[in-house]
Amino acid sequence: MGQPSPKTPLLPLVWLWRLIASPRAGQPLPERWYVRPLAVLGIMLSFLIAYAVGSEDVPIDVGRDVGNALDDAVDWLTTNVSWFFQSIKDVMTWFLVSLEDMLLWFPWPAFIAMTGVICLLMVSWRMAFGSVAALLVLAVFGLWPATMETVALIIVTVTLSIAIAVPMGIWASQSDRLDVFLRPILDAMQTMPSFVYLVPVVAFLGLGNVSGVLASLIFAVPPAVRLTNLGIRQLPAETLEAAESFGATQRQMLLKVKIPLAIPTIMAGVNQTTLMALSMVAIASLIGAGGLGLKVYQGLGRIEPGNAFIAGLGIVFLAIIMDRVTQALTRRQQEAVSGD
Amino acid sequence: MTTSQDAPALSIRGLYKVFADPGDHGLELSRSGRSKDEVQEETGAVVGLRDISIDIAQGELFVVMGLSGCGKSTLVRCINRLIEPSAGEVWLDDREITAMSDEDLREARRRDLAMVFQHFGLMPHRTVMDNVALPLEIGGVARQERRERAGGALELVGLGDWTASMPNQLSGGMKQRVGLARGLAMETPILLMDEPFSALDPVIRRDLQDELLALQESVQKTIVFITHDLNEAVRVGDRIAIMRDGEIVQLGAPNDVVLNPADAFVREFTQDVRLHGMVTAASIMDSSAEAMAGPTEQRYVVREDAVLDDLVPAGLSATQPLQVVDDSGELVGVIPLQRLARAMVSDEAAAAIAAE
Ligand SMILES: Nc1ncnc2c1ncn2[C@@H]1O[C@H](COP(=O)(O)OP(=O)(O)O)[C@@H](O)[C@H]1O
Ligand SMILES: [Mg+2]
Repeated sequence: MGQPSPKTPLLPLVWLWRLIASPRAGQPLPERWYVRPLAVLGIMLSFLIAYAVGSEDVPIDVGRDVGNALDDAVDWLTTNVSWFFQSIKDVMTWFLVSLEDMLLWFPWPAFIAMTGVICLLMVSWRMAFGSVAALLVLAVFGLWPATMETVALIIVTVTLSIAIAVPMGIWASQSDRLDVFLRPILDAMQTMPSFVYLVPVVAFLGLGNVSGVLASLIFAVPPAVRLTNLGIRQLPAETLEAAESFGATQRQMLLKVKIPLAIPTIMAGVNQTTLMALSMVAIASLIGAGGLGLKVYQGLGRIEPGNAFIAGLGIVFLAIIMDRVTQALTRRQQEAVSGD
Repeated sequence: MTTSQDAPALSIRGLYKVFADPGDHGLELSRSGRSKDEVQEETGAVVGLRDISIDIAQGELFVVMGLSGCGKSTLVRCINRLIEPSAGEVWLDDREITAMSDEDLREARRRDLAMVFQHFGLMPHRTVMDNVALPLEIGGVARQERRERAGGALELVGLGDWTASMPNQLSGGMKQRVGLARGLAMETPILLMDEPFSALDPVIRRDLQDELLALQESVQKTIVFITHDLNEAVRVGDRIAIMRDGEIVQLGAPNDVVLNPADAFVREFTQDVRLHGMVTAASIMDSSAEAMAGPTEQRYVVREDAVLDDLVPAGLSATQPLQVVDDSGELVGVIPLQRLARAMVSDEAAAAIAAE
């Protein structure tokens, strides 16, 4: 289909060339005289092949077969390992329901007042005022239960994300191998269109909040892993040297020096994770998650853009409140730790 | 008590460090006498240290000085193996550090080799007290003893009232006192100091130099002190090693180095040093028989080890050459006033007279 574009065979080769020529590539090829000529030759050859074969038709196509095989694998897993997914689902459902019940049991004026006080103590009176006004709007618009359900979803998602991401980031900071291995996986988690994994998630866990949490996890975990890893890797050399000169073991280095010093950066990761989780709220409603996301989805389905907008605004309000509070937490840590 | 007085506390033998040298090719070239630049040109390897041998005595304050990039930090880090030497040995009494297992090395770092860093290397998330106690915590010292030792060390450096402060509340000079206290609290026989005062203002630097000397009177540690400032080296050092391109070009007592520079490179440095504290009455006196037989100032007698600064009061009111006497009061020479004046005018002149 379409015109044969010269870019089609060129792009991967440009990428390959960059890889070969880049001094930052993990293990650059030795700087021998023949490396670059060979690469150029390879690119020219690919043009020849492209025009000989006809660039719009790749001679073989195994895409469907592989895709089908993956589908079969998912089928097999859902039928044979369902007990595993079911138990995960049960545990998480219990957590979610309890948390939601607790949040709803809490009188809404008290919840709003508490949020206001937290913002006042940690951020500013402006933010306190804003957060109270925003939550009041949600309450009088009849969105209070949905808001609490979303808050419960976010709390569970963020808690799980941090529980996975921080140890993973710490581990990656200690092992270059794991770091190199994780990087493309994290890239994939963040760039893979979410619709792609919504279906298998539903296949494994069915529709519901738990599936929503899991789908959000995939998106929310990477920034915390990256920032934890980075925070530990970029600590000042002399400080680490000092700890080493006292005869610290690897373990002592990590627990007494590296992790405490990396806390501000790790907190920045928590902030990112929270926002990522919130950005998934609407998409998660496609696979049965409730809360504000569901209101947006329903508004869309019933062609009630006004209602969808108001629920969407609710998500924005929550995002701003959570962002400012976690940012204030990060800033406090930074101030406590900044050297000069 | 097992070590005899003259056995070195720290002994460095034939130490080499070549960076970025995977096949030890640079090391071989350096061994065969090629210079740092030649080795770098041929193999790309960077020679950090080349055939360093030093014996440092118990209780000695040994200064290593040289320009930036000459290998001072590399040398001091090879002693506690923060940098792994390429070849050679480092001995601590009768134990070879360079042959230690990881575990023995950690033990030696905890018990024998404290270190103070140029930029202090403090942990910003810990209080002053907890910073000083960190090495003890790492070494498994019990909490109570930790606090006592850390508190004592902070008392010693004059920060007894600051134990609960955070490092970012302190000035640079105070931070380095914390660094020093941390080293002292470890109660190691050896203290490694990598440009400890270089990041500080001149006035604070002098204060800390004086304080270090006063402390050394009482603690009597074996100190390896790195600096790029010859004035500082001369002020604090018992002996000074001058380095260039990873090698030691001169090693000797401070006045030896200043008054008899081994080569043009060392002379470059010594030109900037304030000599007044270095030139003694003995080094500028005239001890010829005829001068000693001439008329001399009767009201003042100066000792032969008096430094130039100490001669100023006598020199100002004297009308005749000053008499110089040794420990037993014996006349050993005279200083003509003209010569004293010349010596005081400029450091170069003083050095020239001393060299006569
Ligand atoms: N990790 C390293 N890799 C390569 N070269 C190094 C490394 N560390 C130090 N060097 C080189 O070794 C020499 C000595 O460095 P250093 O000991 O830090 O000097 P100084 O402390 O006297 O300023 C310099 O030429 C420096 O560039
Ligand atoms: Mg240095």
